[in-house]
Amino acid sequence: MKKYTFTEKKDTRSGFGAGMQVLGQTNPNVVALCADLIGSLKLDAFINENPERFFQTGIAEANMICIAAGLTIGGKIPFATTFANFGTGRVYDQIRQSVAYSNKNVKIACSHAGLTLGEDGATHQILEDLGMMKMLPGMTVINPCDYNQTKAATIAVAEHVGPVYLRFGRPVVPIFTAPDQEFIIGKAWTVNEGKDVSIFATGHLVWEAILAGEILAEKGIDAEIINIHTIKPLDEEAVLASVRKSGCAVSAEEHQIAGGLGDSIAQVLIKNHLAPLEYVGVNDSFGESGTPAQLMEKYGLNAAAIVEKALKAIARKS
Amino acid sequence: MQITELQSVASQVRRDIVRQVHACQSGHPGGSLGCADLLVGLYFDQMNLKSNADGTKPFDMNGIGEDLFFLSNGHISPVLYSVLARSGYFAPAELATFRKLNSRLQGHPTPHEHLEGIRIASGSLGQGMSVAIGAAQAKKLNGDDSMVFVLMGDGEQNEGQVWEAAMYAPHHKVDNLVAIIDFNGQQIDGPTDKVMNNRDLGAKYAAFGWNIMKMNGNDMADVVKVLSEARTFSGSGQPTMIVMTTEMGAGVDFMMGSHKWHGVAPNDEQLAAALAQLPETLGDY
Repeated sequence: MKKYTFTEKKDTRSGFGAGMQVLGQTNPNVVALCADLIGSLKLDAFINENPERFFQTGIAEANMICIAAGLTIGGKIPFATTFANFGTGRVYDQIRQSVAYSNKNVKIACSHAGLTLGEDGATHQILEDLGMMKMLPGMTVINPCDYNQTKAATIAVAEHVGPVYLRFGRPVVPIFTAPDQEFIIGKAWTVNEGKDVSIFATGHLVWEAILAGEILAEKGIDAEIINIHTIKPLDEEAVLASVRKSGCAVSAEEHQIAGGLGDSIAQVLIKNHLAPLEYVGVNDSFGESGTPAQLMEKYGLNAAAIVEKALKAIARKS
Repeated sequence: MQITELQSVASQVRRDIVRQVHACQSGHPGGSLGCADLLVGLYFDQMNLKSNADGTKPFDMNGIGEDLFFLSNGHISPVLYSVLARSGYFAPAELATFRKLNSRLQGHPTPHEHLEGIRIASGSLGQGMSVAIGAAQAKKLNGDDSMVFVLMGDGEQNEGQVWEAAMYAPHHKVDNLVAIIDFNGQQIDGPTDKVMNNRDLGAKYAAFGWNIMKMNGNDMADVVKVLSEARTFSGSGQPTMIVMTTEMGAGVDFMMGSHKWHGVAPNDEQLAAALAQLPETLGDY
């Protein structure tokens, strides 16, 4: 098992803020909108340096999404930002009609996704956003795993022409990917090469997958860990190449099992290469208040859960 | 253009509307007929649009350096399609494909099929004014002093998002925006007074900080005069709202005065009766 260490923990949303600051300095067409959550989205640096390129919409997400669509008419690259719950589910129809169907170059960039939002509870803990966004034709869906990857993804999506949903979160998590890395949309990253089981993880679950890989190694199991930062378009080649080698898979995501990354992987396997697949995700349930670590444990979204599912997947190999 | 010339174009546009809806036996003739004079006034007189030497019009999605129009109440697509075709964005013959399989003229407008002149999809109501605000703010960022126009329905004012946009535009001083409400007093389930009373729309927008104007949307001279004056408020710091009174079905006597023709297609006899009231001025497609 390749050794991963970290010296610092930061929130992925700060990676977004850092990426936006770079874009503010390098791409004059990038503009930002926010629905009364500037501090939570870490937009202060971008706004301070580019006040004329920031649009405060107040608590009016539907208006924000459609203003972003309008800003693209004139060549702007708008980043529409708020919490993931309000930036996807609340405004699904606005995204569907004015962004996706209209093929507008809007970047919907949302923080506080999933259970790790914590104490605010289920009203704010969206666990269906990846599914809703990936169903929209033409939408690119990205869920980076740490500060550095989120910063790189933010810069990369500005270069990509077309609608993007960029999802990140609130809690501090280890920084274990390279600073100033190249981010290629749709290209999976092999975190660890292995031969016994393929673990496909996204977002905050990637670090948990690394911890799980270490536990599995102690049991003599050689896990391949692949970071699927781009849920759509899915790197089907990487998925298939890994499962052809390992013969079984685990998906890991901070999202409902229904409609998430695991279901996308299942489709690829069913069509191309039948193999056991176990899901680590929320099982048809809403979240609740609690600390991020408590919630991830209670809902089975941590390293221990990944280990358990990996052993189960291996046992199912015929 | 002379008022009489514009009226002549509007007559052909009305023929195009009823013929499109009749041919596919679906669509929304009432609101389309009511807004024919406004759209002709905009596209044939008041909007600054780029033109080719042969009279056709080039289409560029970004629309930099020209005025933009957005149709928020997308169900009145027949009037927009006719005006776009007649003003040179695409051949009028394509109007025959309206709402048919593989057509670029979808039931509700969309850029998805790459129809020249369409910049945003509309149909799900309440979104167009927000889009227009974004386009107007992009113009300001680009140093482009052209105007942005958006048309909404009066029933559409029921949508909450409209009021998010109503609050935003004056706050951000989006004064290169002219919004128009088609105040025909009708929506699908009946008169707006009965379905959901809008009461005094002008007073509502005024309270939000808009500059308010009134227009008789079926009097071409008034359409041109009010649009021309609305432009002058660019730079005032306030967006402009025109409460435009129209008659649903205007130009076809038996379609007027009721919500009945909101989304109903005429049969063969009704088509003939309608066309008999509308002189063919530019040649039917």
